[in-house]
This record gives sequence, structure tokens and C-alpha cells, in this order.
Amino acid sequence: MRSVEPDPVEAKPRHRPSRAPRTAMPERDARERAGDFDEVALGYTEELARAEAMRCLQCRNATCIEGCPVNIDIKAFVGHIIEGDYEKGVAVLKERNALPAMCGRVCPQEDQCEIACVLAKKGEPVAIGRLERWLGDYDLACELDKRCVPEIAPPSGFRCAVVGSGPAGLACAGELARLGHAVTIFESLHAPGGVLTYGIPEFRLPKAIVESEIFMLTEMGVEIVTDAVIGATYTLDELMNEEGHDAVFIGSGAGLPVFLGVPGENLNGVYSANEFLTRVNLMRAYEFPKADTPVARGRKVAVIGGGNVAMDSARTALRLGAEEVFLVYRRTEDEMPARRDEVHHAREEGVKFKMLCAPSEIVGRDGFVTGLVATRMELGEPDESGRRAPVCVMDSEFEIECDIVIVAVGTRANPLLAQAAPDLERSSRGYVLTDDEGATNLPGVFAGGDIVTGAATVILAMGAGKKAARAMDRWLADRAIEV
Amino acid sequence: MFEIIDKRQLSEAVFEMGVLAPRVARKIRAGQFFIIRTTENGERVPFTFSDWSAEEGWIRFIFMRVGKTTHEISHFEVGDTIADVVGPLGVPTHVEDLGRIAIIGGGVGAAVAYPVARAMAAAGNPVTVVLGARNEDLLILREEFEALPLERLLIVTDDGSVGEKGLVTAPLKRLAEAGEIDHAMAIGPAIMMKFCAATAKEHGVPCTVSLNPIMVDGTGMCGSCRVSVGGVTRFGCVDGPDFDGWEVDFEELMSRQRVYVDDERAADAEYSRGCSCDL
Ligand SMILES: Cc1cc2nc3c(=O)[nH]c(=O)nc-3n(C[C@H](O)[C@H](O)[C@H](O)COP(=O)(O)OP(=O)(O)OC[C@H]3O[C@@H](n4cnc5c(N)ncnc54)[C@H](O)[C@@H]3O)c2cc1C
Ligand SMILES: Cc1cc2nc3c(=O)[nH]c(=O)nc-3n(C[C@H](O)[C@H](O)[C@H](O)COP(=O)(O)OP(=O)(O)OC[C@H]3O[C@@H](n4cnc5c(N)ncnc54)[C@H](O)[C@@H]3O)c2cc1C
Ligand code: SF4
Ligand code: SF4
Ligand code: FES
Repeated sequence: MRSVEPDPVEAKPRHRPSRAPRTAMPERDARERAGDFDEVALGYTEELARAEAMRCLQCRNATCIEGCPVNIDIKAFVGHIIEGDYEKGVAVLKERNALPAMCGRVCPQEDQCEIACVLAKKGEPVAIGRLERWLGDYDLACELDKRCVPEIAPPSGFRCAVVGSGPAGLACAGELARLGHAVTIFESLHAPGGVLTYGIPEFRLPKAIVESEIFMLTEMGVEIVTDAVIGATYTLDELMNEEGHDAVFIGSGAGLPVFLGVPGENLNGVYSANEFLTRVNLMRAYEFPKADTPVARGRKVAVIGGGNVAMDSARTALRLGAEEVFLVYRRTEDEMPARRDEVHHAREEGVKFKMLCAPSEIVGRDGFVTGLVATRMELGEPDESGRRAPVCVMDSEFEIECDIVIVAVGTRANPLLAQAAPDLERSSRGYVLTDDEGATNLPGVFAGGDIVTGAATVILAMGAGKKAARAMDRWLADRAIEV
Repeated sequence: MFEIIDKRQLSEAVFEMGVLAPRVARKIRAGQFFIIRTTENGERVPFTFSDWSAEEGWIRFIFMRVGKTTHEISHFEVGDTIADVVGPLGVPTHVEDLGRIAIIGGGVGAAVAYPVARAMAAAGNPVTVVLGARNEDLLILREEFEALPLERLLIVTDDGSVGEKGLVTAPLKRLAEAGEIDHAMAIGPAIMMKFCAATAKEHGVPCTVSLNPIMVDGTGMCGSCRVSVGGVTRFGCVDGPDFDGWEVDFEELMSRQRVYVDDERAADAEYSRGCSCDL
């Protein structure tokens, strides 16, 4: 018998981790879901989330945190789920990540937080992404006044412009607003969100989630101006000197599609993944003719590439009614950079993988595609990236019959930015050069996301945007002292 | 939202419209274009500025009713609003020091040719304008061109109902043969630009063309607008719309312009069913 009142902390029951296997996330049946654009993965219920959280060991040395590019205190937020204190869990997430409902859905967790979890050694890491998604959704489902809104500093009197409303721009704007600055986002398209809106399909990232996350930013006072192309509507110089912005963040993404350079590439029916996905997601071509923008609906579709963009294109083509969709990739499935979940989903839905094949020509009749000629490859010695480089097998050409070809082999920096600011320092490939904090060579101009790193991930873009916002804040404060 | 401030019907299927868009009007240069979306369900379609005022914050454009979107917008009236106007886009037309220039505007291409001719003349180039149309009723902007300080204005119609009977390539050929032009610029349907460029090339006259491939974003993000110029793939929206006519693969351009014909026809038929006008 204890004689003194127990310490309130000690009163908490000691966490006893469950030894159950990793909790599966409910998904819609592959055949059913391949016929519509609704979300594939349904997310945990509260019970499932609690069960999964219970698997966490609450390690003294929580290695998972190091694995997350923005160092979310994973141990703490999972701990709050265990305790049932979800508001606190959301608050922990939002310290580092303004958009958890999205990152929980699209982060390549298997290469980031989850691979760093101690349980990964046994092959069954805590499903950190799924838990993050669940908490993010929990927050979004709350009444507006109950939602976790960061505290906003008193107005600083400074005005900041953010170019681009992708994850980098949104995260930067959110952080700047929190620090008390007046923020305006300039977006060239008619809707905000960047790749989250025009690229990643509804079935993987519902647009309602993107919209409500963006709505939160406007609630925090961020103004969003769409239809404003920086470099055309305004130059950077005009943003600062005429429009009265004290600092600018560039988060314009890596938007220029790369083509293969093979014969036949301008035939009708050949799309860049950007065009195909933009027509479907942003312009809602799947509702044509209710929505005015058409898209060719192929009977047989060949998608070239092995990343998330290729998976999204292939699965979108299936949903538009294609009978057969082939995924043509130069290396093997092991080398594909796409999220594991998406590769698995694509396969389940019936996408046919043609691995170790490199396209050499697109053939057609009367201006329209009829087939893709490919060469078989085998894996040779590892190249600079450490991956084994594919080499051609002699005389192995074969033709894949198809009426649509979607090229998803990467992007480069968009040239419009050069027009926006000719003296902004860029790499030979057109990406903006910055220091570790996101500062460019121009005073008051910062940058982050894909326009700095080349095509990367949502969380890296958001991390860069947030970091740059803090650097902008310091720059503005220093300037205020000088004045 | 962008308010329509004036509207004029120039011929049976051609309309002129003025829209308040101060942000866009600020620094337009001849040859540039913009993108509109009529409504929330609208397609993004490009049009060229035919006129603008930075001070008063308006832009004007001339369009021909060819399909669903242009049909729909032909029913918009003064006071109605357009969901989106984005621009100015594209590389402005190069207007300085070209010497004696012939500008050929075919059909609704005359609308694009008008600000270009005005800028060329203002830059001190002696300008000949050749306006082509199927017949007199379809000829647009004649008075506006007549009011410009041009060297000459030549009019050509397919049926001879006004001006010379025939195709715009005939006067172009005469001018080139007589050595009276240093540069040609053709703006109109792809087929017309193709023959103008070929005629100019035969006589060693450089020929700029203003291409109109199908676009989506208009900012270099999608590649829908790609055209082959000198065997190299270029993006019409950010590298153009002006290109060297000698080098353009017009067959490919015309083929690519037809990619959605069936869908477009269906969409316009569907729209026309619910529409009381006579088209
Ligand atoms: C189909 C697809 C699937 C993907 N899947 C995943 C995934 O599952 N997980 C993951 O982590 N990552 C994924 N990515 C990558 C991820 O989306 C990007 O790394 C991330 O969006 C980059 O963010 P950003 O803010 O730098 O740029 P973007 O998201 O590209 O946003 C840039 C914004 O700037 C606007 N803009 C560009 N130029 C201008 C200008 N001149 N003026 C004004 N506005 C301008 C653009 O219109 C756009 O809205 C995917 C990408 C694609 C294309
Ligand atoms: C740079 C540029 C400048 C232009 N300037 C003018 C102008 O000043 N006046 C004018 O009347 N027209 C202009 N056009 C053409 C105009 O954009 C098309 O006529 C319009 O998009 C037709 O839309 P619709 O829905 O009415 O017809 P649809 O039935 O959809 O299409 C009819 C034809 O128009 C073309 N077209 C369709 N959609 C697009 C699109 N998104 N982008 C480009 N072309 C398309 C195709 O060749 C198609 O077959 C221009 C085009 C470009 C690219
Ligand atoms: S943000 Fe991404 S990497 Fe970081 S914890 Fe969440 S899911 Fe993992
Ligand atoms: S490493 Fe894994 S088990 Fe340990 S705290 Fe992090 S998530 Fe929990
Ligand atoms: S219209 Fe999309 S790149 Fe030109």
C-alpha cells in the first residue's frame, strides 16, 4: 500500500504495446473502385487507429522521428492516440505539418518515417502514415471553431507574396500568416493546390480535403489570387516594387513535361502525364460533356514511366474506361520510384506491368496512335545512382497495340520563371539556386519545393516552404531594424 | 469574375467583345493572347487581344463561333461575367526593323492581324495588309484597317464579292515577285498560313506565322500545344505563338487541331439543343 498520493503522471497506466500484426486499412474492392473516381483507401476507424497506435513501443529513442523529413514528433502523436486525446495529437502534427490529412495519404512512408521505425526491422513498422491520415481527417471533420488553428502573431505590417499554390507555397503562406505577415498567394491556374489539385487524382487524394485545407489558410487571412501568372501578369520586380510586397517566396514547381524524343511523339493520342491528368482532374474531363474539356478515352493505353505520376495516369486511364492499360518501364518493379501502396493498387486494379521495356517509337495511322514500339532491356552494372542501369537487348523490338500513349518520365523547370526575374540565379537545368534556408541571390526573394530540388515529394516541398517562411520572417525583422 | 463591357457582331459568326480585366490589360503587346474560361464548367480557350487599354483596364477580342465555347460566349451580353481571364501570354510579335512587310489576315485572323499591323506601322515599317475572307459578309475590320497608316490595303474574297477574287496567296506572290516586301506575316487558318509560308519561301521572303494549336494551361505546363518547327518540338504557348513559317510542320498542326472533332461536335450539338438561337 502506498502512503502518498500518486504523482499524476505516474497515474497514467503504463503503455503495454500490442503484438498484433500491422492493422490493415479498409479499401474498396479493386473491381468496383476501378470504375469510378472515389477514394480507394477508406482510412482507419477510431477502433482501428487505436489498435494500430497500440503497436507503437513508445521508444525512448524514437528513431522514426529522424525518418520524417520535417521531424514530426511521431512518438508523441501516436502516444496521444493511445491516450485518446486526439486534439493534442492533431496539435503535435500541426507543429510541423500544416496538412496532415494530405501527407498521411501521399507521403512515401515506406522510405521515410516507417522505414526508420524500430519495428521495421521485423518487417511490420507502425503504420505512421495511416495514423497521421486518421488524425488529419479527425481534425477536418470537426466544426470549424473546434479545429486546430495555429495561434496568429499580431500583425507585423509586412506584406509577403507567394508564387504558386502547391504544397510549398501553401506551407510557406500558412507559416507567414502565423508569424503575423499579410500574405497573398498568386496562382497561374484558375484553382489553387498545384499538383495536389491538377496532378494527384481524386481517388488517391480527394479534392474536398485539399479544398478544406486551403480554406483553413484563407481563414487565417491568406489571400489567394488565381489566374495570375508571375512572369506574364506580373514580374517579380513588379510584385515587390509596384504591388508593395516586402518579400517574395517562389514555389512554382517543376512544371515542364519532358517527352522521350522518339519518332511519332506528336501523334494524336500521345499525352504528357501533366496534360492527361490536368484534363481529368482540374478540368474534370471525366464529366465531359457536362464539363467542356474533352480527353481521349483509349481502348488500350500505354503509360511510360514507373513513378507516382505513371501510376496515377495508368489508374486514371482505367477509370476512363480503357480495356487494357500497360505500364511500360525501363527497369524492374523493384526500382520503380512510386509509393509501394500505389504499385500494389495499380496491379490489383488490373494495370499490366511491362517491365524492362524501353519505348523506341510511337506509330500511327491518319495522325492517330496505333501502337508503341519498345525494346527489351536487361539490367547491367549499377550506375551513379546505385541502381543497375538498363541496357538494350539486341533485336528485341516488339509492338504494343494501343490508341493512347501517356508519357510520365519526368519534368523540368518551367521557362516562365526566367521571364519573371532574369537575374534570379538558376542552375544549368533551370532550377532556382538557394541557400539552406531558401534564400536566393536576390534580396527578399526566397524559393522552395520542386522549383529548387526538381520533382520531389509533397512533404519535402512543404518543409522547404515552411523553412523559407521562417527565413523570410528573420529577413523582414532585420530589415525593420535597419530602417 | 470579369465583366463584359461591350459586344458587337461583326459578321454572321464573328463577334467582338470587351472585358474589364485591369490586371491583364496592364502591359499587353501585339501578338499576345489570353485564356478564358466562360463558367465553372468551361474549357480553357485562348484568344488574341485585338485591342486594349492599360489606363482604363479593359481588353477586347474578336472571335468566330466555331464550337461549344465560342457559341456559348456569343450569347454572353454586356454586364455578364466570365469566370476566368488569364494573361497576357505568349511571346509578343517582333515588330522592329523588319522593313517592308506584308501582313496577311485570313478570316478571323484579321482580328489578330489588326494590332500587329498597328504596332508594325507605329514602329516605322512600311506595311501592306492583305485581308482575305470567303465573301464580303465575312470580311471584318475593314474600316479599322483603313484608318491605319498603311502603305496599302488589299482585299481578297473567294467569290469576288468585294476586292480581288481568289486567294490571299495571289497578291502575296505578286508583291514578292516584284521585290516589294522584305518580310511576310501570315495569320489565319493553318491551311492559309501553310500556303502563304510556301509562297513566301519560293521567293526567299521570310514569313512569320501565328499558330493556334490546342491549349490547356497556356503556361508551358502540359505540352498540348506542341508544334514541330524545323524538326524540333516547341510549345506554342511559351515559345510562340509566332514561329518561322518556313520551318513549321503544318500537316502535323492541322492533324493535331482535329484531335477532338468528334467530341467537340457532340458537345456543341448538345449545347445547341438547349439553345434558342438559329445556329
Ligand atoms: C501525378 C503526380 C503524383 C504525385 N504523387 C506524389 C505522392 O504520392 N507523394 C508525394 O509525396 N509526392 C507526389 N508527387 C510529387 C509532389 O506532388 C510534388 O513534389 C509537389 O507537389 C511539389 O510541390 P511544389 O509546391 O513545389 O509545386 P507544385 O505542386 O507543382 O505547385 C506549383 C504551383 O505553382 C503554380 N505556378 C507555376 N508557375 C507559376 C507562375 N509563373 N506564376 C504563378 N503560379 C505558378 C502552378 O500552377 C502550381 O499550382 C506527385 C506529383 C505528380 C505530378
Ligand atoms: C494562341 C491562339 C490564339 C487564338 N486567337 C483567336 C482569336 O483571336 N479569335 C478566334 O476566334 N479564335 C482564336 N483562337 C482559336 C480559338 O481558341 C478556338 O476557336 C476556340 O478554342 C474554339 O473553341 P470552341 O469550344 O468554340 O470550339 P471547339 O468545337 O471546341 O473547337 C473547334 C476547333 O477549335 C480548336 N480548339 C478547340 N479547343 C481549343 C483550345 N483549348 N485551344 C486552342 N484551340 C482549340 C480546335 O482546332 C478545334 O477543332 C486562337 C487559338 C490560339 C491557340
Ligand atoms: S509527414 Fe510523411 S514522413 Fe513525416 S511522419 Fe507524416 S507520413 Fe511520415
Ligand atoms: S520507432 Fe516505431 S515503435 Fe518506436 S516510437 Fe517510433 S513509431 Fe513507435
Ligand atoms: S498549352 Fe499547355 S504547354 Fe502550352
